[in-house]
Amino acid sequence: MALSRPYSDREVVLETKGLTKIFGGLKAVNDFDLVVHKGEILSLIGPNGAGKTTVFNVVTGIYKPEHGGVIFRGTNITGKKPHQIVSHGIARTFQNIRLFQDMTCLENIMAGQHCRASSGLFSSVFRTPSMRRQERRIARVAQERIKQVDLAQFKDELAKNIAYGSQRMLEIARALASEPQLLVLDEPSSGLNPKETQDLMDFLKRLILHEDLTILLIEHDMNVVMGISDWVVVMDEGKKIAQGLPLDIYNDEAVIEAYLGKDDEGEERVGPVVHW
Amino acid sequence: MQLLLEQLINGLTIGSFYALIALGYSMVYGVLKLINFAHGDFFTMGSYIGYTVLVLGAAALTVQFGPWIGMLSAICVAAGSLTIVGLLVERVAYRPVYPVGRLPAVVSALGASIFLQNTIMLIWGPRYQAYPAALIPVVRFQLGGINITLLQVIILVLSFFLMSVLYYIIQRTTFGAAVRATAHDRDTASLMGINFNRVILFIFTLGPALGATAGVMVGMYYRQISFTMGWNYGLKAFTATILGGIGNLPGAMFGGLILGVLEMLGAAYISAAWKDVFVFLILILVLIFRPNGLFGEKIAEKV
Amino acid sequence: MSALAKIFKNTPWYIPAALTALIIYPFLVSNYFIDIAFFFGIYALLGLSLNIVLGEVGLFDLGHAGFYAIGAYVTAILNTRYQIPILALLPISAFAAALFAYIVCSPIIHLKGDYLCIVTIGMGEIVRLALINNPFDLTGGPNGVFGVDFPKLAPGIVIDSSIKYYFLIWAVVGLSILGLVSLQHSRIGRAWNCIREDGIAAGTTGINVRHYKLLAFVIGAGLAGVAGNIYASKLMCVSPESFTFWESCLMFCIVLIGGMGSIPGVIIGAGFISLFPEIFRPFAMYRMLVFGSVMIVMMMFRPGGFWPRKRGGVSFRSLLEDTVDGAV
Repeated sequence: MALSRPYSDREVVLETKGLTKIFGGLKAVNDFDLVVHKGEILSLIGPNGAGKTTVFNVVTGIYKPEHGGVIFRGTNITGKKPHQIVSHGIARTFQNIRLFQDMTCLENIMAGQHCRASSGLFSSVFRTPSMRRQERRIARVAQERIKQVDLAQFKDELAKNIAYGSQRMLEIARALASEPQLLVLDEPSSGLNPKETQDLMDFLKRLILHEDLTILLIEHDMNVVMGISDWVVVMDEGKKIAQGLPLDIYNDEAVIEAYLGKDDEGEERVGPVVHW
Repeated sequence: MQLLLEQLINGLTIGSFYALIALGYSMVYGVLKLINFAHGDFFTMGSYIGYTVLVLGAAALTVQFGPWIGMLSAICVAAGSLTIVGLLVERVAYRPVYPVGRLPAVVSALGASIFLQNTIMLIWGPRYQAYPAALIPVVRFQLGGINITLLQVIILVLSFFLMSVLYYIIQRTTFGAAVRATAHDRDTASLMGINFNRVILFIFTLGPALGATAGVMVGMYYRQISFTMGWNYGLKAFTATILGGIGNLPGAMFGGLILGVLEMLGAAYISAAWKDVFVFLILILVLIFRPNGLFGEKIAEKV
Repeated sequence: MSALAKIFKNTPWYIPAALTALIIYPFLVSNYFIDIAFFFGIYALLGLSLNIVLGEVGLFDLGHAGFYAIGAYVTAILNTRYQIPILALLPISAFAAALFAYIVCSPIIHLKGDYLCIVTIGMGEIVRLALINNPFDLTGGPNGVFGVDFPKLAPGIVIDSSIKYYFLIWAVVGLSILGLVSLQHSRIGRAWNCIREDGIAAGTTGINVRHYKLLAFVIGAGLAGVAGNIYASKLMCVSPESFTFWESCLMFCIVLIGGMGSIPGVIIGAGFISLFPEIFRPFAMYRMLVFGSVMIVMMMFRPGGFWPRKRGGVSFRSLLEDTVDGAV
């Protein structure tokens, strides 16, 4: 029997109700319910094409759902534009890293601070004291974040010129710069070697310990899922098929079937943990 | 009613010119994502070459074989020459530049256009030239009560023939599928074994040839040609390309025809002076409500 | 270190050099060459205005001559009909062009790159054709409007000679450069660049993409309107043939040949576009051939432009903002 869910006594930070997203004739996301509690790390897993990224895209405002809604800290954010959702406090990274390639690493992170400042045209052109104060703050926050991800030495390097693993961390730093309450990471360990993956896991664990943050992530690497998740939700073909503690999910029949297909002989799965 | 139908015929005639030119734009744009600004000048050059052929040689041909043979020979020579010019321009102005980026390619295309336009001016002079009227018989007749000229019929028939051939090649042959595949995703297409250079050969010979054909026909229809007319026709033809949906060849054909008809209707029922404004307004409205053109597909972008 | 000393220390060498050259130049040459430099200035201003839209945000605008035309015609019409002074018309023309841009671009700002391109071409053409067709007998048709006045800066100071126009345009260019550099080093400029790099990522990073795209068009149009105002009073008349698609193409080339998003680059690009025909005047017939060829060759060997934008650079930045405390 599954143990009760950790953090379930905490405030609900994100909730999706009956979320449905349809492309042409295809229900990419089908009546999807999700609850994320404050302070937890929730992993969304499932085979390719399950609809995980689509859920993220709906939550972060890139798509509008056909049915259902998204509620963030009590506010209905369904159908809002991406930049509004960032202002509310959700920041994300992308599966295939979308950095601002021809801008420096520091500038990338400073971009994250955009929504926390407010200088308009006049104050920007004439560099009023309030604008300069805001610029100093932006620079300061960016420098903190770039140090936090150990990329300070690359601050003036163009984003496209740094290593892949560093780019992933840079994207996370950019997301953190917008001072989010919820960090949404799409396959953050994708393409990282085992050491980098471990560093990422340690980083995320430290992050959640020291900052007022909740993390929602999509992952394929079971080491990461098992290593840092408090709760796991499994999707297949647009629907939620299971949820629970990491270990329970790991051994769940329906989940295994979804990833591997039905095994006629019903043999017990043995062997080392596999990436799928 | 009669007037409406006549305007329709006029519109389709002009539309055929736009359609033939638009095909050239659409092919290059579909595969290379490049707005080939020089294409309007291919059209102009075709027109001038046709002019030269008619002035120099066709007189003899006409005497021998009849008037329409003269026109045909002008078209053949013009189309043939432009295939060479088209390949040259691609090799010199585009091939070195488009790996670099799309915007530099646009500047290079503009440079090529300037170069061609001024070449035309240097060879044939800055003044208007007139297609020899004697070689283009004016035969009018009535078809179901509508006035129509033989020239219009020939233009329409020839244009539709060419468009059908191209449509067949693109939609029904293997090579056509290769062209479409390259337009969709160049890297995967080449990984699948599609010879990119052959696709380039195809679009930079057929496109200019079609444009040149349109040029000769325009010369015959309006009699007067100038070295700047590529600008105007090119712009409208590119509008037709967008109207039909970028990279969509049948769309470009229909876009051209629709544009021609709209222009004629606008000129007849609104005002000749404002017809171009009317055309552009239609374009803008279409794009606001159907951002991928009339026939373009709505492909969801994978984020 | 005092503020002034800091500015001296951080100013790159070419700025005082260019300023000196700029100031001495008109005293050394004849009116003909001063006028050429005047048009260099006009193109510089136009290039800077398009640079906001094309260089900073990466929007394909091939109809920018339309905004230029609106500025020029608003000045010409209001001055010849209602005797409104040219100087007063400068902000009015800028505002008219900016308002036009706002109204016209709002419904189309979301369009994908190349579709936006063709729509801007269409808009530019619509403006030009509307000017030719002389609606409400306002615009004078193909002949345009003439009899535009001189700007009066103050009682007794009238801009009525080549040299005075020269200083006027370059003063305006100078002020524009200061404002634009300031914008480059602000959250607005960064937002613009982010949109150019990746519109979707910009949105999910917290940037209101639609708002900033529109802002770029509005400011770009306003600046082009200013150029129109000065142009109209210099020429004393305006006609539609100064505002063709070709002009929009020239501005496009200025930004690209100079270097997208690069202010010194745009100045150089403007110089190239306006001085080239002059330098090659002896080859009159062939100069356009050479011009076209140079464009192609430039894109082959220096596609980033003459003076590509340098990012994270220190030079201009220190002129205008406090350095960030505590080096990393």
